[in-house]
Amino acid sequence: MASTPEDKQRKENLAGIGCARKRKEDPRFIQGKGHYVDDIKLPDMVYGALVRSPYAHARIKGINKDAALALPGVLTVLTADDLKPLKLHWMPTLAGDVQAVLADEKVCFQQQEVAMVIATDRYIAADAVELVEVDYEELPALVDPHQAMVDDAPVIREDLVGKDEAGQGKRIHDNHIFSWEVGDKSKTDATFKKAAVTVKEEMLNQRVHPCPLETCGCVASFDKVNGHLTVHITSQAPHIVRTVVSMLSGIAESKVRIISPDIGGGFGNKVGIYPGYVVAIVASIVLGQPVKWIESRIENLSSTAFARDYHMVGELAADKNGLIQAMRVNVLADHGAFNSHAQPTKWPAGLFSICTGSYDIPVAYARVDGVYTNKAPGGVAYRCSFRVTEAVYVIERMIDVLAKKLAIDPAEIRRRNFIKADQFPYQSALGWSYDSGNYPAALDKVLEAVDYEGLRKEQAEKRARGELMGIGLSTFTEIVGAGPSKACDVLGVGMFESCEIRVHPTGSVIARIGTISQGQGHQTTYAQIIASELGIPSDQIQIEEGDTDTVPYGLGTYGSRSTPVGGAAAATAARKIRDKARKIAAHLLDVSEQDLEWDIDRFRVEGAPDQVKTMKDIAWAAYNNVPDGLEMGLESVNYYDPPNFTFPFGAYLCVVDIDKYTGETKVRRFYALDDCGTRINPMIIEGQIHGGLTEAFAVAMEQQLVFDESGSIHGNSLMDYFLPTFVETPVWETDYTVTPSPHHPLGAKGVAESPHVGGIPCFSNAVNDAFSHLDIKHINMPHSAFRVWKTIHAQGLDKRT
Amino acid sequence: MAKKHISFTLNRQNIDVLVEPRELLIHVIREQLQKTGSHIGCETSHCGACTLDLNGQSVKACTVLAVQAEGGEVLTVEGLLQNDKLHPLQEAFMQEHGLQCGFCTPGMLMRAYRFLQENPQPTEAEIRSGMAGNLCRCTGYQNIIKAVQTAAKNMASA
Ligand code: FES
Ligand code: FES
Repeated sequence: MASTPEDKQRKENLAGIGCARKRKEDPRFIQGKGHYVDDIKLPDMVYGALVRSPYAHARIKGINKDAALALPGVLTVLTADDLKPLKLHWMPTLAGDVQAVLADEKVCFQQQEVAMVIATDRYIAADAVELVEVDYEELPALVDPHQAMVDDAPVIREDLVGKDEAGQGKRIHDNHIFSWEVGDKSKTDATFKKAAVTVKEEMLNQRVHPCPLETCGCVASFDKVNGHLTVHITSQAPHIVRTVVSMLSGIAESKVRIISPDIGGGFGNKVGIYPGYVVAIVASIVLGQPVKWIESRIENLSSTAFARDYHMVGELAADKNGLIQAMRVNVLADHGAFNSHAQPTKWPAGLFSICTGSYDIPVAYARVDGVYTNKAPGGVAYRCSFRVTEAVYVIERMIDVLAKKLAIDPAEIRRRNFIKADQFPYQSALGWSYDSGNYPAALDKVLEAVDYEGLRKEQAEKRARGELMGIGLSTFTEIVGAGPSKACDVLGVGMFESCEIRVHPTGSVIARIGTISQGQGHQTTYAQIIASELGIPSDQIQIEEGDTDTVPYGLGTYGSRSTPVGGAAAATAARKIRDKARKIAAHLLDVSEQDLEWDIDRFRVEGAPDQVKTMKDIAWAAYNNVPDGLEMGLESVNYYDPPNFTFPFGAYLCVVDIDKYTGETKVRRFYALDDCGTRINPMIIEGQIHGGLTEAFAVAMEQQLVFDESGSIHGNSLMDYFLPTFVETPVWETDYTVTPSPHHPLGAKGVAESPHVGGIPCFSNAVNDAFSHLDIKHINMPHSAFRVWKTIHAQGLDKRT
Repeated sequence: MAKKHISFTLNRQNIDVLVEPRELLIHVIREQLQKTGSHIGCETSHCGACTLDLNGQSVKACTVLAVQAEGGEVLTVEGLLQNDKLHPLQEAFMQEHGLQCGFCTPGMLMRAYRFLQENPQPTEAEIRSGMAGNLCRCTGYQNIIKAVQTAAKNMASA
């Protein structure tokens, strides 16, 4: 149909898919009317504060609460012994292990939760924490994961001694959690033996923390009269919280209401279920009063949800032209004191097997061994899909290591190894079926935009003058949108997503979706999807998330699942409504359904363009005039179980200048091209990319949770833990190509995590590239000025002549 | 602890409250006075989420005692709206997509509010250093800078 100006106008009125629509959530945030957990104040509410261990490993010989209880305003002090009769002193983790809710006879990491004080005021609670006397007997701490499985290593988990299973397969040592392997080991080994060239490097994805600006917390409120429990909580997955809370407490799931209100950033930190939440809930049940628990920043950085800590050995085998023939990766994963990583339950290493990246690698093998150490538990996906950052890092660094060994340009070696556009759907050696991609086009567009050749020339000139300049590339493929429920579940619940849509008689809409925004702007983008599908302006579509009493069961927002899975559920639910609307329109126009065609916001009779019924007409009719045999009303629910993951990709380039006297790295240019398939809201996409790149910059350059040999965490406040400010943060240039996902109803793939996943190796490659003319194969992150300076100094590059 | 009676203006209104001498201004404003726009991200003066305006200066209210506000003038994000009209900075933050989760936003707005009075036509570099005490984990700052520039322009031509 020819598109007239009038058609265009009608389309624009919808502000649907592709529109840089302004955000619907902004008016409340800019006026201080956001509604975050710590803003909640309920009648009779009291405050919980945790007593935490100063030791990384110690036996608890006694706890004396008397002084704390004597402080006016203190209501109770809960310890493991108080939770024991309720069987709540331990809780199951998402990974099949158990975790102490409050330390049971011993502590296994510094800052572990030992007791919770409940008081009428947060100051009194804090005072009382100081008054709880805990008698510890310090034990030797195990800090280095490489020492975890030596013969005389201290045993961290005495509760597991003698058990050869901790939920994720066979254990071979008291501090061992699981071994997980994928790929064809013998073929891979054989290929390595014959290969013309092999490279091997140890590389670390250091322990970091997502550190959203809002810490974790909850307000638990148990109504003793009707037995209802309501919990306002900083959760990226409220329905999972409801199921777990019901299982733990024995309260029927129908009497548990979990509400995730506005969330001040998540980035993976708010996926897990933390002891603080559980104890606050217990306290509320015991006291019959609302209990608020909000963690401090120090508690946040030291106890809830670290990320990474992957100690990897990457290997590539290639021919002399740099064509990769095989990949092998061995990983030692430090999971801390409890295996509570937040990943689909049956995937102990998440989606790490995406580590063959964007390259056509015929055979591969990967193995991951998880071990316990005396560090905080967790292992969340920090702005990425489960373990994908680690996987992308190893392949994107290793391909540069190979390029250097063969003296092939990093762009050229990528081009030679790319999966070609006509190979999709592509079956990877480690078992994935990539949906779509066009990697060479993305790379070429970036190289041209930055004048890559010119940059290499400049670099050569600078090197001749003794200056350090690096050019980093990253041509990554992500895997997001978990997931097909047959492959992925969380504690047995399949990883689908849901959407319920109701069209009201006057044509406005409410839609409820099982995901939860933490800044991604779901209220804005989901409305755009539904607007395009239903032909109702997005301004008339309300989006609701986060309240388990009203929203259908969903698995939440992490691993970039909102658009790939939640967006698909929204589109599919909308299409169901459109199908019914077609029936009603046919009835109203007295024609058969086949005679109707959909036209932006209405059905029209083919060949009779004046015979139309708009969605607004149909909505009204749905409540008073439907064909015989059709139910009244206009609503639908969809539980969308994706047929596959989606595979967004991108090509990034970073240029750095390094001061050879101070080691400071200046990011001169960062060019990020992303392909996330169909783009719903370009403004929001760009914002997500800026944010993800900034977090990537933080991880690559400075972030690290450091422990001393006693297991004491250093740098767990914002004084030390690096969050980039306005001053350090580089300027971002963004670009895109569009390769739709063939299996997603809208062709969309998800985007918010790509810049983090793809950005980290890009920065790291740039810093490494600055030294690529020297005999240095790999420098680990973080590339802080001091660490870079140490490299420079060891090479004698800072000698003044 | 013996409480102390203090008075100050909050968003142009007279306030009298009883506080403990050790109570932080941010807690009094958020919990007693129920103005929850100003947030807490660290309580150690690093993140700027609690930034508000006290006697014509940007302060981080997590490290100011409430008693220090005695007799003073406090402005928080809730006070930016005047006569039902948004402040140009609020408009610009929406226009330029200068916020995502919104947690840093009240502090950012309050810092920008004071900063633009200190320097009404700042360069990008001046914005970067003038606002460096406020952290944002979501936006990567680029659109916040644009928003401050847009607001500066709109305020100059108003
Ligand atoms: S809460 Fe005051 S600066 Fe972070
Ligand atoms: S918008 Fe989330 S911290 Fe700034």
